[in-house]
Amino acid sequence: MSVAAAPDATALRASILTGERSCAQVVDGALAAIEARDGELSAFLSVEREAARERAARLDERHAAGETCGPLFGVPVAIKANMCMEGVVTSCGSRMLANYRAPYTATFVQRLLDAGAIVVGVTNMDEFAMGSSSENSAFGPTHNPWDVARAPGGSSSGSAAAVAAHMVPLALGSDTGGSVRQPAALCGVHGFKPTYGRISRYGLIAFGSSLDQVGPLARSVRDLERVLGVLSGHDPLDSTSLPLPPVEPERPEHPERLDGLRLGVPAEYLGDDLDDGVRRSVEAALECLVELGCERVDIDLPHTLHAIPTYYVVATAEASSNLARFDGVGFGARGEGDGSLQGMFSATRDAAFGDEVKRRILLGTFVLSEGYHDAWYGRALRVRTLLRRDFEHAFEEVDVICGPTSPTTAFPLGERVDDPLAMYRSDRLTVPTSLAGLPALSLPCGLAADEGGAPLPVGLQVIGPALADARVLRVAAAFEASTDHHERSPEGAGSER
Amino acid sequence: MADTDRDLVLQTAALARLQLDEREAQHLGPQFEAILRQFRQLEGVDVGDAEPTTGATGVRDVLRADEVRPSLEPGVVLANAPHRVGDFYAVPKTVGGPD
Repeated sequence: MSVAAAPDATALRASILTGERSCAQVVDGALAAIEARDGELSAFLSVEREAARERAARLDERHAAGETCGPLFGVPVAIKANMCMEGVVTSCGSRMLANYRAPYTATFVQRLLDAGAIVVGVTNMDEFAMGSSSENSAFGPTHNPWDVARAPGGSSSGSAAAVAAHMVPLALGSDTGGSVRQPAALCGVHGFKPTYGRISRYGLIAFGSSLDQVGPLARSVRDLERVLGVLSGHDPLDSTSLPLPPVEPERPEHPERLDGLRLGVPAEYLGDDLDDGVRRSVEAALECLVELGCERVDIDLPHTLHAIPTYYVVATAEASSNLARFDGVGFGARGEGDGSLQGMFSATRDAAFGDEVKRRILLGTFVLSEGYHDAWYGRALRVRTLLRRDFEHAFEEVDVICGPTSPTTAFPLGERVDDPLAMYRSDRLTVPTSLAGLPALSLPCGLAADEGGAPLPVGLQVIGPALADARVLRVAAAFEASTDHHERSPEGAGSER
Repeated sequence: MADTDRDLVLQTAALARLQLDEREAQHLGPQFEAILRQFRQLEGVDVGDAEPTTGATGVRDVLRADEVRPSLEPGVVLANAPHRVGDFYAVPKTVGGPD
């Protein structure tokens, strides 16, 4: 572990504008860092070297010509492999789409580009975003930069590892049940899932449509805020996009203080199954927030224990429907089967989906099937309401809720891969907010070591009521400003400077 | 795995257009059963008068104006098709007798 003062996206952009660096230099730095570290980490599925260099050169010309520079001008960004960018392979970590080149560009990717960002590559992920460790990627796992024998979390595994290893200052992930926040926590970076509907899903390959939300991973809260300002705002191409303008940051008179803010701490998030190191770091973080002026209020979210089954019924039901389109007709792989149309469908899906995807399609198909629909899917939707009400009641008493992002630090690769229920429980602190559609952020709040082991990052989760994205960011910014956890980097972190 | 469990898994796989081979049925079947067993805890939750939540925000079916817009060229859309004939997707014959 080292203390590294690598610049965040905000600082990189500023240095380009002052002429300290050129876009070309910044991109070359990122590409060199990827070259140096990615053989070991496998964060990237593809690196767009030439396209990134060409774009950097064009941006430098525009800067020299005095054109306006957008809020992400010259910033190298990685995108997750379920995000469409015209002409780029968008594999979703699956054999099914191994050669699929997106024919169009997602709204949120276009907004990144319009803001001046440079997409340098596509990151590894659990297949179709189903997983918490990267081990479900058809292209092999990503390794955690803090300890390469451990999982980086998932499913935005490569995005988190790429930011943690200083290959890029900024990456996009998608969060259905914690897939931005959990890998952010396990890799020691910042990750934000905004309120559902804040960022358009147009061009995000769907997993669970009522849950999926794009979110940034970065090394500072101000970068998250900057990206949210770029990506949020209504998109007529997504019928679930909130008809609201981009998120405006809160600008309090004393940003370093949180006086009077009521901080809810749910008992259910600090249960016996937390790692001791996670508990210590999170308790210290809560004390720090109290010192910053928060009033701690112990609260209950009583239906939390039902969040995992509820989530896995709802998400798999939606997935079984969304993934029905992968049938060997329109895109991707095709199997032959017995020569019939039905045989082709089945042969294609059998050959090209991995085990976890099949498991979830089976579960989702079962809970939607005749005779079981009301008892399983219908009931889960009602329990989802109870989980949502838990938060609504809590937010009558408090302004934000804080707790750990993950019950453990990064776990060894291989440890949970044959035990799906153990893997699902990795998400138990992130799925409740997903089901309720709330904004939630994970940021580094310390390091914890197993006995004799290397120190591993711990994530603090900050949750707000619906649409209070800016409040969540303000709380995280005040915490970040009073601590140095975010400055810790794994040994060997590259430098995209 | 009991025969009834195995039947349920295979029946569900058929509905999902998944053609599980013997190894997969052996591997996925017991896991499927274990997951369902654990998730049966939802049966014990008192849901009272709770209406189902189908979307996180309450915003639903916001339709844009029905205006003609440019769309992708057929060649672009079909570029990823595993098998095409001209501007059409080609699939095994579904009606009539053999060719």
